[in-house]
Amino acid sequence: MSLSDEQVSAIAELARLSVPRDALRGLAQELSAILDFVAQMNAVDTSGVEPMAHPQDVPQRLRPDEVTETIDRARYQAVAPAVSHGLYLVPRVIE
Amino acid sequence: MTGESLHLESVAGLVRGLAERRFSSEAVTRHFLDRIARLDARLNSIVTVTAETALDQAREADGRIARGQPRPLEGVPLLHKDIFCTQGVRTACGSRMLDNFVSPYDATVVSRLRAAGAVMLGKANMDEFAMGSSNETSFYGPVRNPWDTERVPGGSSGGSAAAVAARLTPAATGTDTGGSIRQPAALCGITGLKPTYGRVSRWGMIAFASSLDQAGPMAVSAEDCAHLLRAMAGFDERDSTSMNRPVPDYVAALEAPVDGLRVGLPREWFGEGLDAGVAEVVESAVAVLRELGAEVREVSLPHVGLSVPAYYVVAPAEASSNLARYDGVRFGYRCKDPRDLHDLYVRSRSEGFGAEVKRRILIGTYALSAGYYDAYYRKAQQIRRLIREDFLRAFETVDVLAGPTSPTPAFRIGERTRDPVSMYLSDVNTIAANLAGLPALSMPAGFTAGLPVGLQLVGRDFDEGRLLGVAHRFQQATDWHRRVPPGFE
Repeated sequence: MSLSDEQVSAIAELARLSVPRDALRGLAQELSAILDFVAQMNAVDTSGVEPMAHPQDVPQRLRPDEVTETIDRARYQAVAPAVSHGLYLVPRVIE
Repeated sequence: MTGESLHLESVAGLVRGLAERRFSSEAVTRHFLDRIARLDARLNSIVTVTAETALDQAREADGRIARGQPRPLEGVPLLHKDIFCTQGVRTACGSRMLDNFVSPYDATVVSRLRAAGAVMLGKANMDEFAMGSSNETSFYGPVRNPWDTERVPGGSSGGSAAAVAARLTPAATGTDTGGSIRQPAALCGITGLKPTYGRVSRWGMIAFASSLDQAGPMAVSAEDCAHLLRAMAGFDERDSTSMNRPVPDYVAALEAPVDGLRVGLPREWFGEGLDAGVAEVVESAVAVLRELGAEVREVSLPHVGLSVPAYYVVAPAEASSNLARYDGVRFGYRCKDPRDLHDLYVRSRSEGFGAEVKRRILIGTYALSAGYYDAYYRKAQQIRRLIREDFLRAFETVDVLAGPTSPTPAFRIGERTRDPVSMYLSDVNTIAANLAGLPALSMPAGFTAGLPVGLQLVGRDFDEGRLLGVAHRFQQATDWHRRVPPGFE
């Protein structure tokens, strides 16, 4: 498995990460080495094996759809980079 | 025990001494705060010291003890890995991304230990977002191994392990996604337990790979771990994967006899790549178990060799999804002067995350991207089932599995940073228990070339009590866990 520089750039864009041009080749090689290593999985035939989502095969527990707590907006927004009037501020999206 | 040697007391010894009022929690807490101030510059194991809070909590504990109302861990100091949210205290998870994050709430593990009377000394250094096996990926710099400060303490709970080993704290919390409690416990010569998936609440524990992450105790001995786990474990309705099962009294379970215990040695853990010195130590530790009355036999886990490859699909895939929340909008790092929303996302993430975290996000994003899901994530989840079935088959004939926690002792700082795959192989023996959801423990088994070696025990689902009991019996017959690194006596 060998990832091209273009593929790495495309994956980085999906992940909202930027990779400096001069670091692309090195990163592509590292990621390719990891994928080569991971490809050892193909040595085993897994057809018919049910994928394991939970060790004890327990489904996600659901709770009743009831209000259990109220949000203290000021407390949770105290850690935000930029807020105004209880709203999170980001750069203008619509011109 | 005099004031000068309080740091050599066990958690159990502190609980007793405090109850008998041989010393106060304030004196104990000051003693450890003083050691941290004097000695941690050599290790960098602690990123935040909460001295004032600790002393307030200690005085409160002394008041409760004086009134005859002590709780199970009343007045015992401990450290929290910086992955656990602590209200009003910075919770950075080893990352620049969260360097400015002061948590508005406590993790369940934190509030449970607090409700049991424990005193928080501060927050322990760790690999960034728990991604690492050497504590070299921390934004706050590498942690050093107290047995040899040129070497790594292991990771990702390396700060917790180094601080316990150096007796800067009697105990610490850790988390384990692929070995992050057990591997550093082994490399630093302490005891650490990863509980069964679902045993301890993950609420307020910053998520890395949600189907693998578990919190657990790290301390000098199994007995001390039992005291911590008793307070940490239990159902939490705020964690949808928390299991609603009664919590046994792990301290009472310590006295179970080892006589007749069936111990399996998976031959796959004794093959290629195992350091000769480690093999020798593990062999003599197994001989001790035999002398205690255990029946030892060889077993096989045929698919366990695929643990690391499967893990490096599942963990990065889940991480790429979990870490999507760090977008510079609601909390955490935000880049300067973003041009537009896209620039805000990309630069906040690119500047806020370190190299290893980005590598894993990219691998995970690739594995989950259109057309690759079946080849990677689904395949890895199928292999997980095969690995778990291997364990269940082995547990039909034995009660616990034993082997080396790590194939090598602590390696040098910088030795494996250039080759990610060689770093990943540090966890070759620990990852399988996470994939299978099983409880596993590492305990000090001896030394090779002056460095500690850990013996790993893996048990059946929810068999933490048995693992702690076996380790406790072993520790009554040996004194490896009581060795203190030179310079930290």
